Amino acid sequence: MEKNAPAESRLAYFILPLLALAAAIGLWQLAVSAFALPHYVLPSPKLVLDTLIADRALLANSLLVTLKTTALALIIATIAGVLLAILLASSRFAEYTLFPFAVILQVTPLIAIAPILLIYLEPNTAVLVCACIVAFFPVLSNTVLGLTSIDRNLSDLFTLYGANSLKTLLWLRIPSALPYFLGGLRIAGGLALIGAVAAEIAAGVAGRGSGLAYRIVESSYRLNVPRMFAALLLISLAGIAIFALLNVLQYLVLRRWHESTLRADQ
Amino acid sequence: MPAAAPSLSRQNSPLAAFHDVGKRFPNGVTALEDLNLTIRAGEFLSLLGPSGCGKSTALRLLAGLTSPSSGNIEWNDRSAAREIGFVFQEPTLMPWASVENNVRLPLRLKGMSGRAADLRIDEALALVGLSEFRNAYPRELSGGMRMRVSIARALVTQPKLLLMDEPFASLDEISRFRLNDDLRMLWNRLGCTIVFVTHSVFESVYLSSRILMFTPRPGKIAAEFEIVAPEPREGNFRTSPEYGAKCREVSAALASVMGER
Ligand SMILES: Nc1ncnc2c1ncn2[C@@H]1O[C@H](COP(=O)(O)OP(=O)(O)OP(=O)(O)O)[C@@H](O)[C@H]1O
Ligand SMILES: [Mg+2]
Repeated sequence: MEKNAPAESRLAYFILPLLALAAAIGLWQLAVSAFALPHYVLPSPKLVLDTLIADRALLANSLLVTLKTTALALIIATIAGVLLAILLASSRFAEYTLFPFAVILQVTPLIAIAPILLIYLEPNTAVLVCACIVAFFPVLSNTVLGLTSIDRNLSDLFTLYGANSLKTLLWLRIPSALPYFLGGLRIAGGLALIGAVAAEIAAGVAGRGSGLAYRIVESSYRLNVPRMFAALLLISLAGIAIFALLNVLQYLVLRRWHESTLRADQ
Repeated sequence: MPAAAPSLSRQNSPLAAFHDVGKRFPNGVTALEDLNLTIRAGEFLSLLGPSGCGKSTALRLLAGLTSPSSGNIEWNDRSAAREIGFVFQEPTLMPWASVENNVRLPLRLKGMSGRAADLRIDEALALVGLSEFRNAYPRELSGGMRMRVSIARALVTQPKLLLMDEPFASLDEISRFRLNDDLRMLWNRLGCTIVFVTHSVFESVYLSSRILMFTPRPGKIAAEFEIVAPEPREGNFRTSPEYGAKCREVSAALASVMGER
């Protein structure tokens, strides 16, 4: 086994993206000072950072609201998605009656649903519901696919030993579905954030709300462009954090047995 | 596992019989037609035939995984119908479970746990020589080792009847010869009945006490061969003139069966 090559490539794996990112930010800063761009056109990275620090109380509060909404939406969507998936996978009748609703919810653009929900629901609840709706579908469809993608021979084996449907569900279908479910969860995590942000913008236009996206809308009314960028930065960071967290979760769950977690040198 | 039951003492009473069994699939394919065959208690029976002639279908019928569209399967020993081990062409292990838990599956499904189950698992793993790998996961094993886990899983319930569907087809020749020897040894020791599907003439002659040759689809019995050789058959049977002669005889029969169509 070569020792140096993997270490080198691992270093490159971490260093290269960081370098590229640093270069982009440097270029941005340079462009702002070179062309003397006013901050209401394009704030410099330095100013965005300063705003982030100056408005930290306000922004942290908004970040917390957005994160809470996203997390709660993801949890609700996961529970609902998995339960419905089990129902759909175990009964043709349920599949034919319920799946159309799930598809309709999925294909209707969220941004069009949000204002309607805002009529009936409190802004916070409406935002939560929107985030749930978008996060729900990938969990549902991936889990259904997983629950029904069963190795035929393994399923025969369960039949041969007289397994009832509960045992088959617990010991065969659910473990088989796990990688599919986790893949769906990763997509859902990103979508929950997008859903929360989109719905908050709708709520923000209506002048109500408190999350990060609402801050963006509010700052745009006040032409506070640096704060818009600061809030945007936090949303991106939140997205990255969610993605990383779900990746780690997937790795931890599948690391012992799934092919996807095999490294090249293993 | 039960104590050694030497093959000498095996009677040839029938265990199960197919009577005019036919199998037609919903898509119109007739896999089997008027199939008559008897499985004798304690024998090592090979089902030999060209691809697609219905060997797997016959095995699945025997295991009760599908039912005949005509005719019936008669069991002399009803209990044997419920004590079946099945080895598929692929190892078919649960990738999320360790070797030990894969082997434990049939016992769990039959509601057996505790000390007794642990003992059975120890025995089954020892029989296939995988005791040290009980905590490994399938992806960490070689193809031959996975196949042996699959065999251990089939043996752990101490079945009266072991059904094997081309279990070694995807293995290299060296592993296949080794597993052939291991399987012969197991059969000699355990005294169970084995029905073994293969399309290798050489494998079937080496392993079996009897070979049933199928015609191309729809499958029927075209010929039957008894293989009498001193037990235990060790590696030297493979190089003996009797083995060569038998292989030639079976190959010739296979060629004429294929030529008839
Ligand atoms: N579930 C099924 N539905 C429809 N046709 C099937 C099904 N299973 C098998 N067949 C057909 O029945 C025939 C016999 O299949 P079978 O798998 O028993 O053959 P086989 O003798 O085991 O072949 P091989 O040696 O290639 O495994 C084939 O023509 C196959 O296409
Ligand atoms: Mg087959």
